[in-house]
Amino acid sequence: MPISVIVPRALTPYTRGVGTLVIEERCRTVGDALAAVAARVPALTDRVLTEQGELRRHVNVFVDEESVRFIDGLATPVPDGSTITILPAVSGG
Amino acid sequence: MPATSPRHDSGDVLVLVGTMKGAFIFSSDAKRKKWTMDGPHFPGQAIYSLAFDQRGGRSRLLAGTQSSHWGGTIRLSDDFGQTWVGPERQAVRFPEGSGLSLAGIWQITPGRADEPDVLWCGVEPAALFESRDGGESWEPVEGLLNHEHRPKWMPGGGGLCLHTIVVDPRDRSRMAIAISTAGFYRTDDGGKSWRPRNNGVRAVFLPNKMPEFGQCVHKVAHHPSRPERLFLQNHWGLYRSDDWGDSWQDIANGVPSDFGFAMAAHPHNADTVYIVPIKSDEFRVVPDAKLRVYRTRDAGASWEPLTRGLPQEDAFECVLRDGLATDTHDRAGIYFGTRSGKVFASSDDGDSWTSLADALPPVCCVKAAVVA
Repeated sequence: MPISVIVPRALTPYTRGVGTLVIEERCRTVGDALAAVAARVPALTDRVLTEQGELRRHVNVFVDEESVRFIDGLATPVPDGSTITILPAVSGG
Repeated sequence: MPATSPRHDSGDVLVLVGTMKGAFIFSSDAKRKKWTMDGPHFPGQAIYSLAFDQRGGRSRLLAGTQSSHWGGTIRLSDDFGQTWVGPERQAVRFPEGSGLSLAGIWQITPGRADEPDVLWCGVEPAALFESRDGGESWEPVEGLLNHEHRPKWMPGGGGLCLHTIVVDPRDRSRMAIAISTAGFYRTDDGGKSWRPRNNGVRAVFLPNKMPEFGQCVHKVAHHPSRPERLFLQNHWGLYRSDDWGDSWQDIANGVPSDFGFAMAAHPHNADTVYIVPIKSDEFRVVPDAKLRVYRTRDAGASWEPLTRGLPQEDAFECVLRDGLATDTHDRAGIYFGTRSGKVFASSDDGDSWTSLADALPPVCCVKAAVVA
């Protein structure tokens, strides 16, 4: 089953307004899924990952309802049919 | 304050104000009596660097934008901020494998007049990038990126930032940069090699107070007509060099504190420089709660306080390193912004001041330009 990637509203200008990307490619990990996103919308992953490929400090990525920060980061497994949600962290002042 | 028109006439003045939550553009005619404000541009993003480039037939604004969530890039506008464009990809990026990721864009500096497509930007972590297409794409300067001192550079309170870029208008092979906390470095071979030039500059926070490098230089200014004469506001210390930084002399003559951040050169007089002294590194507000700009007109032999129109009591203000700027009219405009969101302007070389804004977000940078 494909994986869904939910794009935060702030980044939809880079997806031509599309709020959910459907990834048909086989993805074992969150990193694989973001690589598939990068191949399609590189500007989107620029905002999620640093140029060294690390998750930005104030960006959270969830597999279904679990934050990957508490699992295995970008190596977190992605089951078939799961939903990856990208959200800005609570930060600022 | 009324909204501005995106069109401007020759002689109009633009004052670009970057804040922690967006950029604002103040504009006026040459008299600088009535101002309009446009903004915020990039609401919610920290804007530590702004520039206006009029070389090569352009009228281009450049903004270094930094989202606390989504990272930073450089955005461009050729219509005075009415619309902004920029590459969708992160324009300023460290090479893969460098182990470095962009944390902020601290300075954007147009290059020499005879190289109208060249711009420079200084970033955090400390590195220098060059654009050869008017600011659309950027490449790191390898000689500084791979500098042997890099492992020993230490971040200051604002991070390990390259915040100052000094271009020699006469010699394409020479330019200089300043890093907090690494000090002042100069290249004489077009960026291939960089040598520290901190002889005489103190580092009060190190056991060795006069190291070869490691100083926390806050700002360096010079006048293009006399590029070898440099003025330096240090983390404690006020200096002048007459030899492109080979040696530095203390010029803290009559200032209430030689701690401070901001420094700006007068546009027409190479002996005139402006600073805003700060009480101390522990209490980063202006001395005696009086908001005073200090001006030297004799290259640092003496300094005079400029106070007319500025609050002289209960002013617990601070002006950051890029928060002070000058325009290029004959009677120079001087501008500064504070961490409490106030912006002040002078249209008479600093003799008197008026308020442009009273409640902006904390001001990170102020730049000024006269429309050609």
